[in-house]
Amino acid sequence: MSTTTEGSTRRGKKPVGQRAAEWTDPRLGLYKLAKSNLRKIFPDHWSFMLGEICLYSFIILILTGVYLTLFFHPSMNEVVYHGPYAPLQGVRMSEAYASTLHISFEVRGGLLIRQIHHWAALIFIAAMLVHMMRVFFTGGFRKPREINWLFGWTLLFLGMFTGFTGYSLPDDLLSGTGIRFADGAVLATPVVGSYLSFFLFGGEFPGHDIVARFYSIHILLLPGLMAGLLTAHLILVFYHKHTQFPGAGKTEKNVVGMPLLPIYAAKAGGFFFLVFGVIAAIAATVSINPIWTMGPYRPDQVSTGAQPDWYMGFSEGLIRVMPGWEINAWGHTLVLGVFIPLMIFPVVLAAIAVYPFIEAWVTGDKGEHHILDRPRNRPVRTGLGMAWLSLYFVLLIGGGNDLWATHFHLSLNWITWFVRIGFFVVPVLTFLVTKRICLGLQRRDRDKVLHGRETGIIKRLPHGEYIEVHEPLSQEQRHVLTAHVQPEPIDPGPEVDENGVERKINPVSKVRAKLSRGFYGENGQIAKPTVEEYEEITSGHGHH
Amino acid sequence: MKKLSARRRHPLAALVVLLLALAVTGGLYAALAPAPKAQADDSAQSLAIEQGKKLYSVGCASCHGTSGQGSSDGPSLVGVGSAAVDFQVGTGRMPAQQPGAQIPKKKVIYDQAEIDQLAAYIASLGPGPAVPTKDQYSPTGADAGKGGELFRTNCAQCHNFVGKGGALTNGKYAPTLQGVAPKHIYEAMLTGPQSMPSFPDSTMPQDTKADIIAYLKEVDSSTSKNPGGLSLGSIGPVSEGLVAWVFGLGLLLGIATWIAARTTKAKKS
Ligand code: HEC
Ligand code: HEC
Ligand code: HEM
Repeated sequence: MSTTTEGSTRRGKKPVGQRAAEWTDPRLGLYKLAKSNLRKIFPDHWSFMLGEICLYSFIILILTGVYLTLFFHPSMNEVVYHGPYAPLQGVRMSEAYASTLHISFEVRGGLLIRQIHHWAALIFIAAMLVHMMRVFFTGGFRKPREINWLFGWTLLFLGMFTGFTGYSLPDDLLSGTGIRFADGAVLATPVVGSYLSFFLFGGEFPGHDIVARFYSIHILLLPGLMAGLLTAHLILVFYHKHTQFPGAGKTEKNVVGMPLLPIYAAKAGGFFFLVFGVIAAIAATVSINPIWTMGPYRPDQVSTGAQPDWYMGFSEGLIRVMPGWEINAWGHTLVLGVFIPLMIFPVVLAAIAVYPFIEAWVTGDKGEHHILDRPRNRPVRTGLGMAWLSLYFVLLIGGGNDLWATHFHLSLNWITWFVRIGFFVVPVLTFLVTKRICLGLQRRDRDKVLHGRETGIIKRLPHGEYIEVHEPLSQEQRHVLTAHVQPEPIDPGPEVDENGVERKINPVSKVRAKLSRGFYGENGQIAKPTVEEYEEITSGHGHH
Repeated sequence: MKKLSARRRHPLAALVVLLLALAVTGGLYAALAPAPKAQADDSAQSLAIEQGKKLYSVGCASCHGTSGQGSSDGPSLVGVGSAAVDFQVGTGRMPAQQPGAQIPKKKVIYDQAEIDQLAAYIASLGPGPAVPTKDQYSPTGADAGKGGELFRTNCAQCHNFVGKGGALTNGKYAPTLQGVAPKHIYEAMLTGPQSMPSFPDSTMPQDTKADIIAYLKEVDSSTSKNPGGLSLGSIGPVSEGLVAWVFGLGLLLGIATWIAARTTKAKKS
């Protein structure tokens, strides 16, 4: 490395690439970094590519977003429209709205880029949600990856707000209604609500500042934070190495898969173009947020069917189904109908954020985990995840209640009541059903290990009995079904001490022991077959 | 010009304007409202009323009463005017069938001549808004931009920003306005069917009604192309979210599964 002075090979000069590398390496030290990282192993599983979908749609968002900034004017100054779209001729509107019309109808490729940007945003957040649920259901958040869970969670949260500020920018009737909604939420904050609102909008709603403020938040603040967090997120994935599903040859100490270079990188690069292709194809054929049909925002106008983008739909649902309660006291009004939903949102978000820590505390699990759980083997966690998803879905129904009403010929009031009751009932039912299903699957796994796979072949025995032939599993398959650890619930110790006197157990540990029994007690998991059981069955009478 | 604007601030100006407005509406009313008795002598007219009465007693009297006075099954039709009849029967809402949250549109069972006769008969029961003439409701020459603004202010909260319709409470709904004839749009505004408010000429002058009709014609997706591609029903972000999940993420997950299956499986076999 240090003797690069003469620089002459067989045909005079070294190849350019080599020379470039030799120039940069002593200065940047890339070689060492690359050597240790480029051979990192990545396991293959479709669900491990969800994070990649997030990453690529984020990149697409940045690229298309930059193009849009070239033509968008974040100003609320009033202009009169004289562009090519006839139904808006002569209409007064903000410059922000006019420039979005300009992008849509006059800038070359503008409409396509706008549509790619918006579709990518929807897909980005959808992919983040599914990625998060993948990590959740497989226990990918356990030690040592809790911090990365928090990074990811923050990305999801920021992603939602980037989306919200983004669709508020064009200042059309729909986005204005969305800002109005946010203003309502701000106003419902006790005591300081109206001050906050004045501060946010620089005066009385809608004011003249909000678009410009949202603009810098949307294009600078949030994407900047997200880019940083995303990098940290990926560095941690590299540092921890990827988790893997249980399987033959996979242990807590190794990673089985493809090296980053060349195979994984080639696949990932190809995947980027596929993601881009899918989003571009949708954007080229399907309209999204056709702001020209909505008209400019005016506080005195509103349209039916005014919903936010899907990822904010739950908040719309919360508000729509919440009874309009109010408390009037001391000359102030506390709008519970908005304030309670406003509080549910952060509580649910926070619950998701701290879940890894709660689970570790409840189960007393302090170990490192690099092998993922099969969701069925952790029925309580899987049940909780499904319960939260069902809650989310119920709220989405509430957010789109008018469309459910018109498209399925239902009464709006019925749907509202369904959502109000469902908010409390559906998650509980989902939890119970999911847990049941998981336990059933565990039981089936156990049967499969002990008695083999049902082949569907029916055999008639000499004495006339019919039996189904069971084929024993391969060793690999048995490994997958039995590799998981089945933890014991925490034992809070005996209720009474050796003298028969009631022991004082601190109530917190009592709750903890109870929860832990819920997770891993006899109702929480089905004992997997032991070696003895297996041997007894296989050595003895075999199949029955 | 100067003179006029100076006079505009005169204390009596408001009174003058009010009187003028009254005179104009009064005049319009006299011109447009069917004057029941004076014209009834017209033989063609009385023939139509005669025919209409016959049709009425067969098809409508069971609910609206033998002479339009109303019954427990239908409201009084005295004074609803020919516009209401032309709208209700011309869009197939009347004769109503089974009771429900809202009387739906059905196949129109009377031809236009019969509808005119029915309308003439109902109009003869008491003065009410008359069927508009073609130059009243024709969108040609009207201002679609202004119509759009008026539509978003007065109608979009029920009918959605491009008239795709929406839900109201208790199973009622505002129907889609796509493909509705200009005459019926005009009449709907004039008479306010069922849960829709009416927009008489006093609050929404004739030419602004035509502006709204022009706007609705411009945004009717069955006749005008959507620049962005498939419009997904123009019902806003809900259908977009559905597409993002089902086609966007669904397709990408399919691709991910395919890529992940490529190497591991290929190696094994
Ligand atoms: C099954 C009963 C029924 C029959 C038959 C029926 N109607 Fe009606 N009609 C109703 C009801 C109920 C309403 C009130 C709808 C509402 O506003 O909620 C109504 C409303 C109307 C209105 C609107 C009144 C207004 O205030 O604007 C008109 C006009 C009308 N009917 C005309 C007719 C004519 C003409 C016929 C015969 C071709 C007819 N109806 C047959 C039940 C009936
Ligand atoms: C309060 C909600 C509401 C508002 C505001 C409203 N409508 Fe309606 N509109 C309705 C309902 C409900 C019906 C269905 C009435 C029926 O079926 O008899 C309707 C029916 C109509 C129809 C008949 C459609 C058909 O299929 O025959 C037209 C046209 C119409 N509205 C136009 C308008 C226009 C134009 C405006 C604004 C000037 C407007 N509406 C404002 C609720 C509303
Ligand atoms: C900008 C959005 C995001 C991007 C670009 C992103 C990217 C990635 C990538 C590429 C991986 C490795 C491959 C994989 O397992 O899919 C990963 C892993 C991980 N992500 Fe994300 N992610 C994002 C959001 C989230 C969210 C919202 C969460 C959860 C709240 C999260 C939690 C995790 C965790 C814990 C891991 C390690 C999981 C494991 O190795 O099994 N990420 N992320």
